[in-house]
Amino acid sequence: MFFKLAVKSLGDRKGAVCLSILVMCVSIVVLLGVGHVRHQAKEGFYNTVSGVDLIVGARTSSVNMLLYTVFPSGTPTNSIRWESYQDLANSEYIEWLIPISLGDSHKGYRVLGTTSAYFEHFSYGQQRRLSFAQGKGFEQMLDVVIGSEIAKSLHYELGDTLVLAHGLGATSFSHHDDQPFVVTGILAPTGTPVDQTLFVHLHAIEWIHKGSAHSREVAGSAHNPSGILGADLLPESLTAMFVGLKSKLQTFHVQRLINNYKAEPLSAVLPGVALSELWQLMAALENALVLISVLVLISACLGVSAMLLSTIRDRHREIQLLRAMGAPPLFLFALIQLEAAVITFVSVVLAVVILMVSLIGLHDYVLAKVGMSLSANIVTPHSMSLIGVLFLLCALVAMIPSLWGYLLARRGAH
Amino acid sequence: MAIEITGLKFGYPRQENELVLNIPNWVLGEREGVLIHAPSGAGKSTFLNLLSGLLVAQQGEVRVLGHNLSEMNGYQRDQFRALHIGYVFQQFNLIPYLSAIDNILLANSFSSARQSNPRRNEIPHLLNTLNIARSDWRRPARHLSVGQQQRVAIARALVNKPRFLIADEPTSSLDAENRDRFMSLLMDITTTNDITLVFASHDLSLAPYFKRVESLLDMQTSGAPLDVF
Repeated sequence: MFFKLAVKSLGDRKGAVCLSILVMCVSIVVLLGVGHVRHQAKEGFYNTVSGVDLIVGARTSSVNMLLYTVFPSGTPTNSIRWESYQDLANSEYIEWLIPISLGDSHKGYRVLGTTSAYFEHFSYGQQRRLSFAQGKGFEQMLDVVIGSEIAKSLHYELGDTLVLAHGLGATSFSHHDDQPFVVTGILAPTGTPVDQTLFVHLHAIEWIHKGSAHSREVAGSAHNPSGILGADLLPESLTAMFVGLKSKLQTFHVQRLINNYKAEPLSAVLPGVALSELWQLMAALENALVLISVLVLISACLGVSAMLLSTIRDRHREIQLLRAMGAPPLFLFALIQLEAAVITFVSVVLAVVILMVSLIGLHDYVLAKVGMSLSANIVTPHSMSLIGVLFLLCALVAMIPSLWGYLLARRGAH
Repeated sequence: MAIEITGLKFGYPRQENELVLNIPNWVLGEREGVLIHAPSGAGKSTFLNLLSGLLVAQQGEVRVLGHNLSEMNGYQRDQFRALHIGYVFQQFNLIPYLSAIDNILLANSFSSARQSNPRRNEIPHLLNTLNIARSDWRRPARHLSVGQQQRVAIARALVNKPRFLIADEPTSSLDAENRDRFMSLLMDITTTNDITLVFASHDLSLAPYFKRVESLLDMQTSGAPLDVF
C-alpha cells in the first residue's frame, strides 16, 4: 500500500514528474555514456601494443613516436639507417626486432612494410599474438596481409589484387599502378589499429619505390619466394623498429645505449610510458566531460527535489489526513524519499535502455570513424557503482523535501 | 468512560500565555454521542486534535478509552489513533488520486501491523452499507461527488473498527438532502457498532440527532461544566 501510494501520488503529478524523469534521464545517459566510452577507450588504448619492450626511431618525442608507429597518425620526423637496424640486431641484449617502414597507403589506409617477425612477435591486449582469420603471412614479394576492418569495409578476399599509393590520403596522385599486390592473408580482429593496416614485406616497399626501370628487371623474380631476400632489395632506411629484449631488466640500460647511439640520433621509447603520456593529454578533455555530466546530474537531482518540494505545499491537507489516519511523521519522510527513489529508478532504467540501444545502433559508425569497437554491455561494475552513487546523491538531495514533510507532519494539525 | 478530561489547559507554542482551551472537567461515557457546538475560531479543531492525540496538552490530563494520551510518546499516539480512533473532516477526507477502496485500505494499513486479521473482506460490506455504488469503488476519489466522498470517509474512518469516532464539521459542505442521508447513516452505524461519537459543528439544526448537545464555550472555565452531571 505504501508503494502504491507513492506511485499513484507521482502519477497524480504526471507532467512535473515526467519532466523530472526526462532531465534526470538525459543526465544519466551523459554520465554513464561518457564513463562507458572513456572506460572502453582507455582499455582499447592500452591494449594496442604489448610485449614490445622498446620502440626505436629517429629522435623525436615519445608521444609522437607512439602516434606514428602504433596509431595511424603523427608523422615520422626522420628515417633511420639500415645499418642501425643491423647493429641493433647483432646486439647481445636483443631477442627480436621488427622493422617498420611507413609512407604508403591504400585508399586512405596505412601500409606498413615489415617482415614476418611482425606476425611472430607483435602482440596486443593481454599478450595476445596476431592470428590469421584466413590465409597466411607473406611469402612472395607482392603479397599483402590486411587487417580485418579493411577486409570488411573494402570487401577484399584472399586472392584479390590491389595497388598501393605513395603518401597517405584516400586520393593520392602517385599510384604504384604497375605493381599490383595479391591478398594472401586476413588477420583476425584485434580491436586495435592493426585492423586498419595493410602489411607488405619491407622489400616490396623498397622494390616499388625503385621505379619502373628497375621493376621490369625484378618483376620476373617477384613471385619467386627467394626473391624476397634479394640482396639488392635491402632497404636503405627504415621508419622505426619494435624491439624485444632477452631480459626486461635490461630495458633501461638498452634504452640509454640507443639514446646515446653514436652513428645517428635515435630515440628509444617505452610503449607503456608513452601510452600513459598520450592518455594524459586526453585526460583534460575526459575530466571536462566527467565534470559536466556530474554537474548535470546534480542539477537533475536538485530538480527532482525542487519538484517534490513545490508539491508539498499542495499536499498539506494530504499530510494532515494521513496523520489523522495514524501515519507517524516518519511515514511522510519515507513516502517522499520513496517518490524520489522511484523517479531515480525509472530514469536509470530508461537511461540504460536508451544508452544500450544507441550503442548498438552506433557501433558500426563509431568503428568506421574512430576505429573503436564499443561494447553495448554497460552493466559493468564501474557503471553499477555510478548508479549506486546516483541513488545516494538523489536520496541525499531528497532530504530537503522529505525533512520538510516530516516537520510539517510533526508540527501537527494547525 | 470513553473520555475524561481534567484540568486541561492548552495554548499554541508561540503564544503560550494565550490559552486556546481551558477545560477543568469534562466526561463522555462509552457509546455516547455528543454534538459539540462551537462557532468557528472557538478552538473546536484544537479540542478534537487533543482528543485524537495529534496535539498534546501542556497541562492537565486527557484520557481516551482509559489511556492518558500525554503519557504516550508520539509513535504510541499514532498507533493508538490508527487503532482506536476514526476521523471524519469537513472536506479532504480522501487522498484524491486513490480510489475509495485504496483509501480504505490505506487507513487499514496503518493499523494492520497490530491486527492479525485485516478487515479487507469487510470493505465491500461497509461500502454497501454506506450506499456507494459498486461502479464508484475503483474510481479516483476526486471524481466522486461531495456526498459520496463524505460517506466513503465514514467507511475509511470505520475500517479499523474504532471504538471512538471524531467528526469535524462533516456535513458543512453538503446540501440538505445529502446532509440528512449522511447523518442518519452515521447515527445508524455508530449505534450498531457501539462507537462513541464526538461530533463538532456550528450547525445547531443537527441537534435533534443527538441526546447530548454541548457548547464548547460552556465547557470552558467561563461556563459551568460541573452541572452537566
